[in-house]
Amino acid sequence: MNKARLFILCAAIAVVTVAVAQTQSYKLGRPATAEEIRERDISVAPDGSGLPVGHGTVTQGRHDYQTLCGNCHGDRGQGMLQYPALVGGQGTLRGKNPVKTVGSYWPYATTVWDFIHRTMPYARPGSLTPDETYAVTAFILYLNGIVGEKAELNKTTLPRVKMPNRDGFVGDPRPDVAAKKAGK
Amino acid sequence: MKRKGLTRRAFLATASATLGAAAIPPVGFPQELGAPRRAYGERSPFEKSVRFFPESITPASSYSKTPLQDLFGIITPSALHYEVHHSGVPEIDPRRHEIMIHGLVERPLIFTMEDFHRLPSVSRIHFLECAGNSGGEQIGRPAANPQRSHGLLSCSEWTGVPLRTLLEETELKPGATWIVAEGADAGRLARSIPLEKALDDVLVAYGQNGEALRPEQGYPVRLVVPGWEGNVNIKWLGRVQVVDQPYMTSYETGHYTDLMPDGKARQFTFVMEAKSVITRPAGGQELSGPGFYEITGLAWSGRGRITKAEVSTDGGKSWQDAQLNEPILPKAVTRFRFPWWWDGEETSLQSRCTDETGYLQPTREELVAVRGLNATDHYNGIKVWYVHKDGKVSHE
Repeated sequence: MNKARLFILCAAIAVVTVAVAQTQSYKLGRPATAEEIRERDISVAPDGSGLPVGHGTVTQGRHDYQTLCGNCHGDRGQGMLQYPALVGGQGTLRGKNPVKTVGSYWPYATTVWDFIHRTMPYARPGSLTPDETYAVTAFILYLNGIVGEKAELNKTTLPRVKMPNRDGFVGDPRPDVAAKKAGK
Repeated sequence: MKRKGLTRRAFLATASATLGAAAIPPVGFPQELGAPRRAYGERSPFEKSVRFFPESITPASSYSKTPLQDLFGIITPSALHYEVHHSGVPEIDPRRHEIMIHGLVERPLIFTMEDFHRLPSVSRIHFLECAGNSGGEQIGRPAANPQRSHGLLSCSEWTGVPLRTLLEETELKPGATWIVAEGADAGRLARSIPLEKALDDVLVAYGQNGEALRPEQGYPVRLVVPGWEGNVNIKWLGRVQVVDQPYMTSYETGHYTDLMPDGKARQFTFVMEAKSVITRPAGGQELSGPGFYEITGLAWSGRGRITKAEVSTDGGKSWQDAQLNEPILPKAVTRFRFPWWWDGEETSLQSRCTDETGYLQPTREELVAVRGLNATDHYNGIKVWYVHKDGKVSHE
């Protein structure tokens, strides 16, 4: 997101926040315990907050990927039928036939981890352990040339991975199409 | 059988007549008692309109489209509301469903469905539109009928608790700027939403058109984020996390972002801009001969109310105001109507609309000139239907 736009948005939000009431009016709902929050909160932010303890290497990921992912996405992440390619496309985003993959398009490695962990494999969403998720993520990033063959990912190293299209996103400039005035 | 006009009934009758006129019994009154009562109503067996979806090897991650050409007012029957799912439709027992609100709040709280029915609620009519609706039009593959071209659009009356109420109950901490809303579907679909919108008009809805939400629309409870792309209207809502940054989930980075010709992608393009489509006469239908036809269609804007809908029956050379039917509601579908006498010559029919911000729906050419052909989400160009001499109406 464009930095200036983001700043303006955040400033506007800060003003709104202050206006929110400071009391519990209806006394409905029960307090969420720390344990309930820990169990249910699976979100991972780009700065790595929310990432669990665990680790995975490219070597382990090569093995796990073939078992867990390769049947649909292909043994080298090339994609098959409706299952998208996970590899390739770097340098194509400006062209006539852009290839948007994890490697060419996704701006954060944490997003790859979060999506695999919550939504993959397609038929058994959310079934991977943190270690398996770190490993599979490492292998997919390796296939894209983003991490080396010896890489190990964990809650500290994953957020430091710089994705090729990290700076490829801008904010919403709409309305962007100057149409003729209505009725003319 | 002499065809008199393009009412839907006549159209269906015509279709049947083509198959064999003898199949239609003469007009008459029943000689026997009718059917008894029934506990849950069904439509007439003569009504066959259904959602459209293609075959898929991943049916749990796919869509179905609303038959807009068969709808009459502004409300989409719940059974015909469009669907997009990414991990299938969960079957959720409302007694075992909770919504947790946590993160940058003083009091993390868990609400049950019983709590929701006790909290102060509102009912509002809003459209939902998938970001990808009519994306094929942008890349030069116009679809053959309103359902195929614009059917990822529906409009319902939603009943629920303002999200603001729940956030006030938990008391926001300083630094809160976004929320992450997450579904309780198998894939735990999650999206970041600016706190400003969350505190404005977002509903945590449990009602749809007077009854509980349909499972496909998020039973027992979902977000309704008025005017914004369908994907952020998280279904089967299970968790709201108050945070200090967008979490950059896959559906706000890898998907639903708009790649521009310069290689940069627009992100957080939430609002669905003003758009309209003629639903009758439209592609796939047939005019039975020169004479009177009422043109009708739908107009909507994620920025507020529709203030004008215009129709051109001469290939876009001139535009005339259509009548807007009440009610005209913000971020809801508005129905427009326009009287037309067809002279039997080839022509084209198109509509465009203006919303209360003064924004005028653009042509496809105007959109493509700015956005190119690599982005297909958030397309809102003018849709053209072509009337041929034989009365057939098509998309090309």
